[in-house]
Amino acid sequence: MPRSHRILYAALLILGLLAPLVAYPIFLMKALCFALFASAFNLLIGFTGLLSFGHAMFLGSAGYICGHAIKVLGWPTEFAILAGVAASALIGYVVGTLAIRRQGIYFAMITLAFSQMLYFIFLQMPFTGGEDGLQGIPRRHLFGFIDLDDDLTMYYVVFAITLAGFWMIYRTIHSPFGQVLKAIRENEARALSLGYDVDRYKLLAFVLSAALSGLAGATKALVFKFETLTDVHWHMSGEVVLMTLLGGMGTILGPTVGALIVVTLQNYLASLEGWVTVITGAIFVLCVLAFRRGVVGEIAARIKG
Amino acid sequence: MTELFGIPIQAFLSQILLGLVNGSFYAMLSLGLAVIFGLLNIVNFAHGTFYMLGAFGAWMLLAYAGLNYWFALVLAPLLVGAFGVLIEKTMLRWLYKLDHLYGLLLTFGLALILEGLFRQQFGVSGQPYQVPEALKGATNLGFMFLPNYRAWVVIASLVVCLLTWYVIEKTKLGAYLRAGTENPQLTQAFGVNVPRMVTLTYAFGVALAGFAGGLAAPIIQINPLMGSNIIIIVFAVVVIGGMGSILGSILTGLSLGVIEGLTKVLYPEASSTVVFLIMALVLLVRPAGLFGKEK
Repeated sequence: MPRSHRILYAALLILGLLAPLVAYPIFLMKALCFALFASAFNLLIGFTGLLSFGHAMFLGSAGYICGHAIKVLGWPTEFAILAGVAASALIGYVVGTLAIRRQGIYFAMITLAFSQMLYFIFLQMPFTGGEDGLQGIPRRHLFGFIDLDDDLTMYYVVFAITLAGFWMIYRTIHSPFGQVLKAIRENEARALSLGYDVDRYKLLAFVLSAALSGLAGATKALVFKFETLTDVHWHMSGEVVLMTLLGGMGTILGPTVGALIVVTLQNYLASLEGWVTVITGAIFVLCVLAFRRGVVGEIAARIKG
Repeated sequence: MTELFGIPIQAFLSQILLGLVNGSFYAMLSLGLAVIFGLLNIVNFAHGTFYMLGAFGAWMLLAYAGLNYWFALVLAPLLVGAFGVLIEKTMLRWLYKLDHLYGLLLTFGLALILEGLFRQQFGVSGQPYQVPEALKGATNLGFMFLPNYRAWVVIASLVVCLLTWYVIEKTKLGAYLRAGTENPQLTQAFGVNVPRMVTLTYAFGVALAGFAGGLAAPIIQINPLMGSNIIIIVFAVVVIGGMGSILGSILTGLSLGVIEGLTKVLYPEASSTVVFLIMALVLLVRPAGLFGKEK
């Protein structure tokens, strides 16, 4: 890791540790969950070249499973989170196996369709509470002794979880496996002709991204103490695309920056209700037409150029 | 009364008809998507939104201009098509050299903007629209009552779809279009104005969606969310059928509508997911789609 990067990451770490001094923990936790979610999504679009338009299914499924495990089955917090992650990874495996059978833009349509199917399933299943959602999810104690009902304690736990997720993504990208993923993004046919089992690599990246999105979803359900259909709706799948696009696809910090911007924006625009959709759409159009590198990509290009 | 699986035949027939009606919309929308994708290489997420615009267009023409159904059925698609020209000229034009995904993302943004604007203006409760006088009532076929309007929807859509097929596969204009899809540079070199053809193709594709919306207006609740609700199903239809064949698109759209209708009688819980399940099955058995050619 170059020195300038190390300084940057250290500064961000300190910023994250001190952030609760200036901002509400709930808001920060929401931002962190979405930062992890968007970074997990970026692992696919930015580093493998796969556009999933159904990532909400992983966020929401993990939230429901984690919430159900802790509230109804009475599981300890850490196992409930793991259950959520495992559920998302499993769904990722099934959907991924089917979706990678088609190339290019079909992949986006297939993932969108499957996520809509899961939306309908969650709408009908009794354990999700349908339109009302799963309410009153307890946070309990992490490892039996860390009381999570205190928002500040919860913040540092969420911060640690997010860091662990980021670390995994960082290691993946910089591993030989990550290099093969990049090769697939740049030229799939060539990667195939070099003897790489492209489908297996894609599937593994998809499952990894699904599991990490699940980690974000399970954590988010505990932060807010409820889980609703909003998290499995296709709007959410669009939102994570927007965060990544706005921050910078294929950059390490881009999704986090994008998530921060979008979450902050939603916070300030909450009173505008219906207009939020219009504004979100407008940002999409602007990004695609004039700002395809995103915030971080643009800054990186300036520094290099 | 005759029964099948303990359910009256009547119920089956009426659900098949309803399924055919929905299938006609799937067919028209997936046809437009396929034509646009073929030439522009853009997956038009806003396609459902144009369908919604067609329905609202018909409603607004009546409410604000006093124009009846028949005028609306012609005017609404034209207006939607004109709007499509505007979108293509000002935005999509810049994306042709980029990766597919940007076209999808831009049209997704457009869909959000339009859906949001209409929601602000009209809410989500839905606007009613009367069935035109000439098509009210039902015809007694002896074994069932056939609502005239629904029959008209199926017939009109079929005619429009087959006409599209004829124009693209059997006429000179269609030959240009197919040549442009195959190799735009070469087609341009032969003196065909490809950029104009691209604009008109997009306009035609979305006008088709607008026409479907106009046809749907009297039998659905016209609301801003109708577009995104249908487009995801249409995506699944396109994955099942493959975008390679026009007749394939029509056939896939209609049969999935019918299957969905039958599921409503046999196992209502699965009616919202059956299309996606079929998609999963097709991906397992024939990954390229029923009528698709893998590139």
